[in-house]
Amino acid sequence: MKKLLMASAATLALTGAASAEDVNLGILIGFTGPIESLTSHMAAAAEMAMAEVNASGKSAYNFVSVRGDSTCVDSAAATAAAERMVTADSVKGIIGGDCSGVTGAVLQNVARPNGIVMVSPSATSPALSTAEDDGLFFRTAPSDAREGEVMGEILSEKGVKSIALTYSNSDYGKGLAEAIAAGFTAKGGSVTINIPHEDGKADYSAEVASLASAGGDLLVVAGYLDQGGKGIIQASLDSGAFSQFGLPGGMVGDSLPAAIGPALDGSYGQVAQSDSAGAAMLTEMGKASATPFDATSPYSMESYDAAALIMLAMAAAGSTDSKVYSAKIMDIANGPADGSGTKILPGELGKALELIAAGTAIDYDGASGVALIGPGESAGRYKQFEIKDGKYETVTFR
Amino acid sequence: MDILNAFVALLNFVIVPGVAYGSQLALGALGVTLIFAVLRFSNFAHGDTMAFGTAIVIMVTWLLQSWGISFGPLPTALLALPFGIAVTAGLVLLTDRGIYRFYRRQKAAPIILVIVSAGVMFVMNGLVRLIIGVEERNFTDGERFLLDAQTFKAATGLAEPLVIKTTVAVTVVIAVLCVAALFWFLQNTRTGKSMRAFSDNEDLALLSGINPDRVVQVTWIIAAALAVIAGTLYGLDKSFRPFVYFQLLLPVFAAAVVGGLGSPLGAIAGGYIVALSEVVLTYAWKKVATYVLPDSMAPDGLMQLLSTDYKVAVSFAILIIVLLFMPTGIFKGK
Repeated sequence: MKKLLMASAATLALTGAASAEDVNLGILIGFTGPIESLTSHMAAAAEMAMAEVNASGKSAYNFVSVRGDSTCVDSAAATAAAERMVTADSVKGIIGGDCSGVTGAVLQNVARPNGIVMVSPSATSPALSTAEDDGLFFRTAPSDAREGEVMGEILSEKGVKSIALTYSNSDYGKGLAEAIAAGFTAKGGSVTINIPHEDGKADYSAEVASLASAGGDLLVVAGYLDQGGKGIIQASLDSGAFSQFGLPGGMVGDSLPAAIGPALDGSYGQVAQSDSAGAAMLTEMGKASATPFDATSPYSMESYDAAALIMLAMAAAGSTDSKVYSAKIMDIANGPADGSGTKILPGELGKALELIAAGTAIDYDGASGVALIGPGESAGRYKQFEIKDGKYETVTFR
Repeated sequence: MDILNAFVALLNFVIVPGVAYGSQLALGALGVTLIFAVLRFSNFAHGDTMAFGTAIVIMVTWLLQSWGISFGPLPTALLALPFGIAVTAGLVLLTDRGIYRFYRRQKAAPIILVIVSAGVMFVMNGLVRLIIGVEERNFTDGERFLLDAQTFKAATGLAEPLVIKTTVAVTVVIAVLCVAALFWFLQNTRTGKSMRAFSDNEDLALLSGINPDRVVQVTWIIAAALAVIAGTLYGLDKSFRPFVYFQLLLPVFAAAVVGGLGSPLGAIAGGYIVALSEVVLTYAWKKVATYVLPDSMAPDGLMQLLSTDYKVAVSFAILIIVLLFMPTGIFKGK
C-alpha cells in the first residue's frame, strides 16, 4: 500500500512537472564590470519574479533563468553571451542588457536577427529610443533625456548657476551628459565645461585640473560609481577643486559613500526609482526572498518588472514566440486606454495570470509604476536624494 | 593677490601632481636604464615587475594591518616595502637564471633579448592577476593630507587652495633618497664601480677580473628594488590596478629614452620632462590666465591645447620626436 502511494505520488509529481513546459529566459547584465555592484540585486529581482510565477501554478510555462555576463562595456563579449543564450540555451526572451552601449549592440547583432524580445531594466541612452528594433525592444527604465530634465530642475531649484560636467566616455555617459546640459541650460543655468573621462584609470588629476580651471558651483559626474566617477570625485576632493557633486543614477550605490567617506555628504542628485505602492512591497519581498536582495538598489525594481512583463505577455499571447508576444507587452504594461485595467503590483503575478486567463484586462504597475510610452520605454519616476552621513536620503519624488 | 592666486592654482594642479608623477616615472625609468646599461637590452617586463612588487607590498600591508601594525601618519605600505623588494628580487633573479642567462651565454642579439623580455612580461602579467586579481586596490592609510585645502585657505586667505597629499610628499622624499643612494653606490662602492666598468666596456671589464655573474645579479636586484619602490609610490598616490601598470611601461620608456637610455641622470630628467609635458599640455589654462590677464583680455575658451584623453599620446609623441631627432637622448645615452 505504502509503495503504491509513493508510486502514485511520484507519477503525480511527474505529470505536474510535465504539464508546465520549461521556458528559458535570459538575464543579460554585467555581472562583472563597472556596475557589478548593482547587478546581483538586479538578477535576484528578476529571478524572484520567475520563481513567483512558477510557484503560483497558474502559468502554462515553467520559467528557468539563464544568466549571461554583458560586462556592461565590452560589446563583443556581450554579443557573444547573448548569442550563446539564444543558440545554446534557446531563450525565449532576454531581460537586459544593462548598459546602453552593449544593449544597442546586442539588439542589432542578436535580438533582431534572431527575433528575440529584449526588455532592458537599465539601458537609458536617448539613442535607444530611435534605434531600429522591429518592435522587439522595450525598457522599463526611462530615457536619460528625461533624467536630464529632472536634474536641470533640481539644480535650478537649489540655486545653482553654473556647473562643470564630466561624463564616462561611453554611450550612457555621453547621452546623459548631453541631456543634463540641455536640461540645465533650459532652466537658465550655464555649463562651464563638458568633458569625458576614461574609465579604469588610476589617476584623474589631469581631468580634474581642467574641470577646476573651468570652475562652476558644483561638479556633475555622469559616470559609473565603481569606476572613473569615483576617481574623479576622489581627485576633486583631494585637490580641493570641488566639494559638492551632482550625482545622476549611475553614481548611486552604497560603495560610493563607503569609498569616499564623509566628504561626500551634502552632494545630491536623482535616480530612476518609483514611490509607487509597489516599490515598498518589492523592498519587503526582496528582504524575505530565498536569495535576499536590496530592491532599493538602482534598477532592481525595473529588473523585476522587466521579467514580469515578458512572462505576463507570454501568458496573454498564449505563446513564447517573441514575434507573437511582443505585441502584448504594451497592452500588459498600460492596460486599456480608458484605465479600466486591474492594477497589478509585485507579488500579484499569480492573480495577474488568473485575470489574463479569465480574459480580464490588466494594467501592470509593478514595482516601478510601469507605464510605457513612445517606442516602449518607461515614462519614469525619479527619486531626488541627498547624501547625509554616508546614506542616500530621499528628499522627494518627481 | 591675483598673481598669487594664479601661482597657487598652477602649483596645485600642474606642478605638484607633475612632480609627484615625475618622481614615480623617474624611479621606473632608472630601473629600465640600469638594465639597459649593464645587460644591454630594453626590459619590457619592467612595468609588470612594478605590478608584481606592488602586489606583494599590498598583501604584506594587509597582513601588517590585520596584526594592528601601522606606521603612524605614514602609509603602512612603506613598512611592507622591504618584503616586496625581497620577493621581487628573488623573482627577477630566478627569471634571469632560468631565461635571460641562457640567451646571454649564447651571445644573443639585443633584439632577441627584447622579445624574450616581452614574453616574460606576459607571464608576469598573468602571475600578478593570479596573485591579486584584476580589480582596483587602494591601500593608502595614515594621514591623507600634509596640507589640506581648508587649512591653506584659512591660513593665507587666498581663493585658490593648495593641497599636498602625504603620498606626494612621501613620493618626493623617497625618490630623492633613492636617487642619492643609487648615485653614491655607483660612484663610491667597489660593486658600483665594477657595474659602471662592465657597462662601459664588457671585454675590458672581464679582463680586469670583474665577475660578470655578480654584476648582473646586483643590477637585477637594484632594478627590482627601484621597480617595487616606483610601483608602490604610484599605487599609494593613485591606485593599484594591474592593467594600469602594464600601460605605465610607455611613459617609463619615454622617460628613459628622452634622457638617454643607459644614463641614470637622463632617466631622472626624462621622468620629469615626460610627466610635466603630459600635465602642461593637457591643462586648461583658463583659470590661470583669468587671474593674470586684465579683465578685458580674460579668455572665453578653456585654453586647453589637448584634451586630457590624449595624455598617453603625449608620451608617444615625445618618444617618437626624440628617437627621430635625438636618438641618444638629452644625456647622450646609447
